Amino acid sequence: MTPVRPGRIEAPALVAVWIREWTVFRYYWRTRTFAAIVEPVITLLAFGFGFGKLVSHVEGIPYIQFVGTGAVATAVLFSAVFSAMFDALYKRRYQRVYDAMLAAPVDVDEIVTGESLFLGVRAGIYGVAPLLVAFAFGLKPEPAMVLVPVIGVLTGIGFAALGMWFAAMVSTYDGFSYVISGVITPLFLVAGTFFPLTRMPEWLRSLAQLNPLYHCVELVRHCAFGLDPAADLVHVGALCAFALVAWRLAVWRTRARLVL
Amino acid sequence: MRGVVKRFGAVAAVDGLELEVPAGLCYGLLGPNGAGKSTTMRILTGQAVADGGSIDVLGHRLPAESKVVRARMGVCPQESNLDVDLGVRDVLDVFARLYRVRSDERGAAVDRALALAGLGARAGDRAVTLSGGMQRRLLIARALIHEPELVLLDEPTVGLDPQVRQELWSLILSLRDRGATVLMSTHYIEEAERLADRVAIMSKGRVVAEGTPAELILAHAGREVVDVYASAAQLSELRELAGAAGLPTRRSGPALTYLHAESLDGRVPAGERRSANLEDVFVHLTGDYVE
Repeated sequence: MTPVRPGRIEAPALVAVWIREWTVFRYYWRTRTFAAIVEPVITLLAFGFGFGKLVSHVEGIPYIQFVGTGAVATAVLFSAVFSAMFDALYKRRYQRVYDAMLAAPVDVDEIVTGESLFLGVRAGIYGVAPLLVAFAFGLKPEPAMVLVPVIGVLTGIGFAALGMWFAAMVSTYDGFSYVISGVITPLFLVAGTFFPLTRMPEWLRSLAQLNPLYHCVELVRHCAFGLDPAADLVHVGALCAFALVAWRLAVWRTRARLVL
Repeated sequence: MRGVVKRFGAVAAVDGLELEVPAGLCYGLLGPNGAGKSTTMRILTGQAVADGGSIDVLGHRLPAESKVVRARMGVCPQESNLDVDLGVRDVLDVFARLYRVRSDERGAAVDRALALAGLGARAGDRAVTLSGGMQRRLLIARALIHEPELVLLDEPTVGLDPQVRQELWSLILSLRDRGATVLMSTHYIEEAERLADRVAIMSKGRVVAEGTPAELILAHAGREVVDVYASAAQLSELRELAGAAGLPTRRSGPALTYLHAESLDGRVPAGERRSANLEDVFVHLTGDYVE
């Protein structure tokens, strides 16, 4: 047995949490991947072709490419936040597997950290799908696009942690109605995915600065259409700050639920 | 555990608990539902933090060093918390990692746990397809994957068929025979009588009696007892009379049982004389209602 050090986040525990997630994923990868990829692709095609008939270009970019780059963020958001919310509540309340894990030398912060990292990485990978579709519609590959999965992972970690925080605040799946309608839908709509925020009123643009998804959308577009180093550092900083805050909130609330 | 207190709101689930479990024994924590057994178990795994008192397990102070203790302890919960969607082997493999079994020993540890639980033939099946008894055996096997020195079993046979219970009992005794310390909570008196080397009887969050089953029976119920069968009204009357005369009794369904009958010659009404058992002690000490 490897030695145990109390009071800190240990690599063997994180790896074990990660392997558990991977083992479960091996059973479900088909359905999870189908949902995570097909949904944003359909959204992209519907908006691209639907709106594309009315709007040919936005900010000098063909509309389907504009949406295609924006939909990366949507794919990351949905994959990370919904998996985290539903899985964490299932594991805590119905399957009680968190209780089993906590009986082993694994602490709440290690569970939350390991699972957020896993879901974040997975979301980052799924997030590439809309970009690939956009290639089919004439988006030009750029070297900076190799950063897109990295941006996706960073965003995904934050949203996975956010989902775990939400899961720790509700007692039943019903409780998610509030956060889905009240938080996730507004985040999704006011991120500059489907329409540019530049034409929006000042207050809405200021509000969007607080939306982590907006920073993700901006970064992905910059990877595709030209980086803006000063602004992009701010966007990366915002995503890091969001991930950090969401992670601490998730650990705090999950511990309150699991350790009486 | 010394003077341990755990409150949930105004209710003290554990209320001044004193408990010392000698190494290498099978130790029974016997008590009715709500006596604080499960809370005690949760405190020992660090999943509940006591409001007062001190707790030392395997030479480590809780909750600060709980993680070190958990690495040397196996836990089988009252209600299944298996990853039921996974295959049986995967369930064990995942927990071998969580319990930090070294990678070169992991395969052997999983095989050993499968053999112990008699689930070798089902290793590839999903846990959800196992019968209730098999799932419980898998839960125990999962708790033993890292060969723990201390095994906590919370109501290990609740809700299982008699045949399955017998199987689990021999499994539990084999753990003790290999040198592990077993702490088992139960509200089945028979289970405690058959398995436990020592028993602590819990009521309202504290230990009300402790000893070997034989010691407890002798001290609290004597060698013999007399069951007197009568109508409910008569039983209440008899009980009042017995109380007034200072005779220890306990209700047992349709009868009133007079304890320490061997030393109460002539003062006990006619009834069926039998050997005292742990149930007499249990009901006498924890109240009339038993599930």
